[in-house]
Amino acid sequence: MADKRMTEDEAVATLSDGMTIGIGGWGSRRKPMSLVRALLRTDLKDLTIVSYGGPDVGLLCAAGKVRKLVYGFVSLDSIALEPHFRLARQAGSIPEVVEYDEGMLQWGLYAASLRLPFLPTRAGLGSDVVKNSPDLRTVTSPYADGEELLAVPALTLDAAFVHLNRADERGNAQFLGPDLYFDDLFLNAAAVGRRFLSAEKIVPTAELVSGGSFHTMKINRSMVDGVIEAPNGAHFTNCQPDYERDEAFQKEYAKAAGDPETWKAFVDTYLSGSEADYQKAVAAR
Amino acid sequence: MSDATLGEICVVAVADTFRGDGEIFASGMGTIPMLGARLARATFEPDLLVSDGEAFFVANNLPVGGTDKEVEGWVPFRSVFDTLWGGRRHVVMGASQIDSFGNQNIANIGAWEKPKAQLLGVRGAPGNTINHTTSYFIGNQTNRVFVEKVDTVSGIGYDRAAKLGDWVKAHHELRRVVTNLAVYDFNTPDHHMRVASLHPGVSIDDVVAATGFELVIPADIPTTRLPTDEELTVLREVLDPRSFRDRELPA
Repeated sequence: MADKRMTEDEAVATLSDGMTIGIGGWGSRRKPMSLVRALLRTDLKDLTIVSYGGPDVGLLCAAGKVRKLVYGFVSLDSIALEPHFRLARQAGSIPEVVEYDEGMLQWGLYAASLRLPFLPTRAGLGSDVVKNSPDLRTVTSPYADGEELLAVPALTLDAAFVHLNRADERGNAQFLGPDLYFDDLFLNAAAVGRRFLSAEKIVPTAELVSGGSFHTMKINRSMVDGVIEAPNGAHFTNCQPDYERDEAFQKEYAKAAGDPETWKAFVDTYLSGSEADYQKAVAAR
Repeated sequence: MSDATLGEICVVAVADTFRGDGEIFASGMGTIPMLGARLARATFEPDLLVSDGEAFFVANNLPVGGTDKEVEGWVPFRSVFDTLWGGRRHVVMGASQIDSFGNQNIANIGAWEKPKAQLLGVRGAPGNTINHTTSYFIGNQTNRVFVEKVDTVSGIGYDRAAKLGDWVKAHHELRRVVTNLAVYDFNTPDHHMRVASLHPGVSIDDVVAATGFELVIPADIPTTRLPTDEELTVLREVLDPRSFRDRELPA
C-alpha cells in the first residue's frame, strides 16, 4: 500500500520552469493555499496557471511567476476584484492571457481528463472570448443540424493542486463543504506523478466513511500522487465546514496590495518563511 | 400614494422580468437581482427555484444575509452549469457597459490586451446569454455605462446572436434591462433597445442624457409600476428586513 504523504516543498520540487499547473477551488473558496505558498518559495518561473481564480492567481502574479494565465474569472468573492491580478493585467505584465467563459474552462479540463482533443459547446460563440483567443476553432456538427460549435481545446496540465477537508494517506479524499467545485477535473486533467492533494487532516480510511455521506468521497487514490496534511492550508480562503474565509486577513491582503511598500511589509511578515512561519504569523495577529 | 423607495421599485421591476417563467432557476447576481428573484417567487411566480447564492435551492423566503435555509435541492457549480446549458434558467446580471443591442461587458475597461481597468473577466456571461434568458440590472446608468460600443463583449447581444444560426436565434433572449432610471426591452423589429417605462419622477431627457447611443423612444411611455402593498410587506418584513435594497443605488 503506497503511503503518499509528503510536504508541500517536496511536491513543488517535482515541478520545473514553464510547466502548466491547475489550481482547484473557486475564487476565494477552498484554495490549496499552502501549496501556492510553497510555489512562492521556489525559483520556478514562466508558469502557466489554470484556475477559477482567487488569491492563488493574485499571489503568483505578484511574484512574477506567471507567463500564461488561463481563467474564467479572478475574484476574492467578498472583495469583487483581485488586486494583484488587476495590477498585473493593467500593467500588461502577464505575457499571455486566455480568458474563457467559466463553462469553457470546465469543458477544457473535462476534455483533458477524458483524453479528448476538444469538447464542443455554444458557450463563448459570438463573445469576445473568440476574438481574444484567436487560436480557438469551431467544429461543424456531422449530423443533420450542421450546427457550428466552439471546440474548446483540452487543458492538459503538467500538475494539479487541490485542497480537501479529509484524506487518507493513500490519496482517497473527501469534501465536506457545499461544493467540490471542479477539483476532480483538475486532478484528472493532470499528468500522473504530479497530482497533489492537501487536506485539513489525514485520517484512517474508515474515518472518511464515517465522517460524511459516501457522496463526499469523489476523489479516489488513482487520481492522486501526493498527499499533504495542511491544517488551515486553505487560509485565508474558506474551507467549509472546517472554517470560514478569514475576511479580516483578506482585507489586509487586499489593502497591502495597493502599494509596493505595504506589500513588501506584508510579504516580510507573512510570506518570507515556511508554512509553519506563515501559520504562526497569522495566529499572532 | 406609495412611499416605495427607488430600491423597492427596482426590485419589483426585476421581479417582473421573471413573470411567466414557471419552474426554472431564477438567478440574480447582486442584492437587487437576488431580491427580485425571491420576491417573484414569494408572490406571483411560485414555481421558480431560487438559490442561497452558494450551492442550495431554498424553499423558504430567505432574507438577504439570512442563514436559516429550508433546502430543497443541491446545486453546486457543476449543476448550475448543467442547468444553464440545458436552458432552465433566467439570470439577471450586472453590466459595467451595455450597448444598444444588449452586448454586455463585465470583463475590463479599455483594450482587453492591456486594460485601463481589469474587472471580473467574462465569467459565465458568454454561456449564459447563448443558452437562456438573460436580463440586466444596472444601478448607476450613465452614458459611460450605456455606450455605443462595449470594450469587451462578455454577454452577447442581438446583433451577434443573429449571426450564429437558427438554434441560437431561437434560444437567445435578452428580456429586459432595469436601471435606476428606467426599464428597457428589445421588443423592436431589429432588437434595438427601447424605453419600456420610466421610473416615477424620471423624464425622457434624463434617460437620453444618461445614454451614449440612440434609444428607441415610443410615443407613449408608461411609468414603471409601483410595488403593491403585498410586495412591499414581503420585501420589508420578510426578504430584506435590514434594508440592503437601497445600498446598490446612488443616493
